[in-house]
Amino acid sequence: MNENERSTDASARVKLDSTLVGSRESVSPNQLPESETCLHVQDLSLYYGDKIALKDISMRIPRKRVTALIGPSGCGKSTLIRCFNRMNDLIDSVNIEGRIELNGLEIHDKEVDVSQLRRRVGMVFQRPNPFPKTIYENVAYGLRLSEKLPKSELDDRVEWGLKSAALWDEVQDRLNDSALGLSGGQQQRLVIARAVAVKPSVLLLDEPASALDPISTLKIEELIAQLKADYTIVIVTHNMQQAARVSDYTGFLYLGEMIEFDSTVTIFTNPTEQKTEDYITGRYG
Amino acid sequence: METSEKLPQDFGAFHRQQLGIGLWFKSGDPWIWLTATAVGACIVAVLGLLGLIAVKGLSHFWPSDVVTINYANDFGEFRIAGEIVQRESIGRNQYLEAGSNSTAIETDQVERWMIKSGNRRINAPDFRWVYKHEIVQQLKATDMLVFERSEWGNAYGTLVGIKEHGQSIEPDNPWIELQKRIDRVTDLRDEARRIQKGAINRINYKLEKLRLEKRKRELKGELDFTDIEIERDRLNAEYLVEEQRLRDIITQLERDEIEIRIADGRISTIALRNIIRAWLPNEMSFWQKLGHYFSSIWIFLSQESREANTEGGVFPALFGTVLMVLLMSVLVTPFGVIAALYLREYAKQGPFVQLIRIAVNNLAGVPSIVYGVFGLGFFIYLVGGSLDDLFFQAAQPAPTFGTPGLMWASLTLALLTVPVVIVSTEEGLTRIPSELREGSLALGATKAETMFKIILPMASPSILTGVILAIARAAGEVAPLMLVGVVKLAPTLPIDGNFPFLHLDRKFMHLGFHIYDLGFQSPNVDAARPLVFATAFLLVLIIVALNLTAITLRNRLEARYREALL
Ligand SMILES: Nc1ncnc2c1ncn2[C@@H]1O[C@H](COP(=O)(O)OP(=O)(O)O)[C@@H](O)[C@H]1O
Ligand SMILES: [Mg+2]
Repeated sequence: MNENERSTDASARVKLDSTLVGSRESVSPNQLPESETCLHVQDLSLYYGDKIALKDISMRIPRKRVTALIGPSGCGKSTLIRCFNRMNDLIDSVNIEGRIELNGLEIHDKEVDVSQLRRRVGMVFQRPNPFPKTIYENVAYGLRLSEKLPKSELDDRVEWGLKSAALWDEVQDRLNDSALGLSGGQQQRLVIARAVAVKPSVLLLDEPASALDPISTLKIEELIAQLKADYTIVIVTHNMQQAARVSDYTGFLYLGEMIEFDSTVTIFTNPTEQKTEDYITGRYG
Repeated sequence: METSEKLPQDFGAFHRQQLGIGLWFKSGDPWIWLTATAVGACIVAVLGLLGLIAVKGLSHFWPSDVVTINYANDFGEFRIAGEIVQRESIGRNQYLEAGSNSTAIETDQVERWMIKSGNRRINAPDFRWVYKHEIVQQLKATDMLVFERSEWGNAYGTLVGIKEHGQSIEPDNPWIELQKRIDRVTDLRDEARRIQKGAINRINYKLEKLRLEKRKRELKGELDFTDIEIERDRLNAEYLVEEQRLRDIITQLERDEIEIRIADGRISTIALRNIIRAWLPNEMSFWQKLGHYFSSIWIFLSQESREANTEGGVFPALFGTVLMVLLMSVLVTPFGVIAALYLREYAKQGPFVQLIRIAVNNLAGVPSIVYGVFGLGFFIYLVGGSLDDLFFQAAQPAPTFGTPGLMWASLTLALLTVPVVIVSTEEGLTRIPSELREGSLALGATKAETMFKIILPMASPSILTGVILAIARAAGEVAPLMLVGVVKLAPTLPIDGNFPFLHLDRKFMHLGFHIYDLGFQSPNVDAARPLVFATAFLLVLIIVALNLTAITLRNRLEARYREALL
């Protein structure tokens, strides 16, 4: 396949996505100055026992932007995103090499308190996982852990969290009902509210909409667009349209390697790597 | 043949005709029948057992009529009055072997009645067989009285006279007068009991404490005990006052006597202080009997036993059983939960943990008496003995904790039941989705915070299931308890008004052991038999009640977490 053909292919895709890919950054994120970098990943390799899952990954995740990670199943997207809040620490067999800096601070340093780190780097999982408590208690959970707030302030923060997650209008009359009575989409927004309530600077979303119906998915995507103003967002997704719709930057992972990381426009319209091209045009994955 | 091959249903019919039984077996129907029969048999057995002990136990409290029977045989003519407690037919041979006159009877079967005739003191034995064919006359006298006595069991007879200070009095209505005087002695008896169990018990307890205090100071080499002696003299003075009050009450109790005529015509004098209740069974209406029935059950539940446990109530045993089971639950729950948490949440899963798990499971199969022996050897002699050496030197050589008692019994049973709590808790922990743990950890919770705020609440239904099983097992256990703390008759309850209120070192009574004691150690088997059934029924009810409470609690919690566990 020569250069010409490739661009034809890509322009076909642009047509498909022309309404979706807005006018967004086109600067390569790896040229980003330190001041605009939120997470700086350097030569990161991760092993599950002897098995290598991430190979020598380097990337700069820009502040207050949405960064999408795409790639076929099992390529290491979740593994990578879980490195950012050190959730992989929970797995005994994991071995990590390389550095990850959050706003210039190495997160693996001995002085770093993991709980503190996780409060600054919130995470939302694929399946909505509200606690079997009331809606109020779910949102207050993280707050009660970290801060000793008086009741009125706690109420305010819960309200603020729910509003940030665009859930307040739907649940304000039943804050003391069980969170398990909410719909799947509402539960996922509740989980986002729970994460947002502790005022993190980064939000990690691991396929947040893959278990939801199309309407709930849309709501989550709208929410991501809103949250971008205040948070650095890293979203793992399976769905390329979704990545194109919501993200400013996209990284393509394949078999544990970061094949290409660039602005979303570039990745979807003019990728450098053949593998990216193949994946985007649906040749595998 | 051809058509039946084409049509499957006809083909089946053909085979049924041909093979009959064989096909029936193949169809699986017998298997369904077999399993259903097994279940049915279990239900019948359980209900039958419960029904038997319920009927036999509960009927004991009913005030049955007292019949007066005249009967005659080779030895003469007799008159007996009492309740018919049993009717049965015996074979002719058995009848003859009993030394009876062969000519008097032609039939193969002889009917005999067991009469509870009471009056054990002057007319023993109180349970007698009467052959039906020997009965000459049988009537129910309306003035026949039954007296429940604090000694010697029931008395049956007609009231002849009431005496005050040995002088006969002539009331207008002797029955009403009798009731009034029984009420009076009941009040006095209660008062005496209050003094004994209250003030005197308290003073004795304090005196004992004082003695130990003095001994402790002696051991330290002190020589001056004036303060203790002053206090002791004060307590002794107080004691004398209370003792005098008690004596006064006893004197008042001695005031009245009654005379009754028993069936054979003799007059018997009974001190009124021994009479607990009196009733006219043949004159009572159904509703009066019902009232009497429930008050008898209440007495059974709320009073202490008398007469080597064959009379009175089972309250101390009931109290001891429930208290011991509750203490056991309080001990076993944290113990089992912590062990399960370690095995499931902290320990590195591997062959060693698996081995421990298997060992724990097998521990549940060790015979309970082995736990009793272990409890006696380890808890009582070793741990208790060491505790005595360290902290209770003053009381020695009398042991404090180095002797069977409530705490060791509860601990032994906790050890016996800890495997079920561990197993059930572990099961609950594995059922909690890992997403919830991760969700909590991702919010910055530590492992311990996640454990207390998410995992333990969600595992609580399973924990309670374990506790339910533990209670079910522990409440019915008797064998190990006989070694580690249960006694036939405990002088005091393990809880009383003396600081520290809960006395873990005391021995206690237990319904299970009470049943054994009544059934096999009793001097008066016939009198004790209905109580064996009543006590057994009570024990079953207690276990059911304890379980139902725990099950209700468990179901509430389960409803709360059900969706999260799906
Ligand atoms: N806990 C684990 N232990 C061992 N291997 C794992 C573990 N989790 C994931 N892996 C492996 O790591 C690779 C990447 O997995 P993951 O990050 O979950 O992929 P993705 O999220 O992109 O689908 C897969 O091959 C997977 O089998
Ligand atoms: Mg994944």
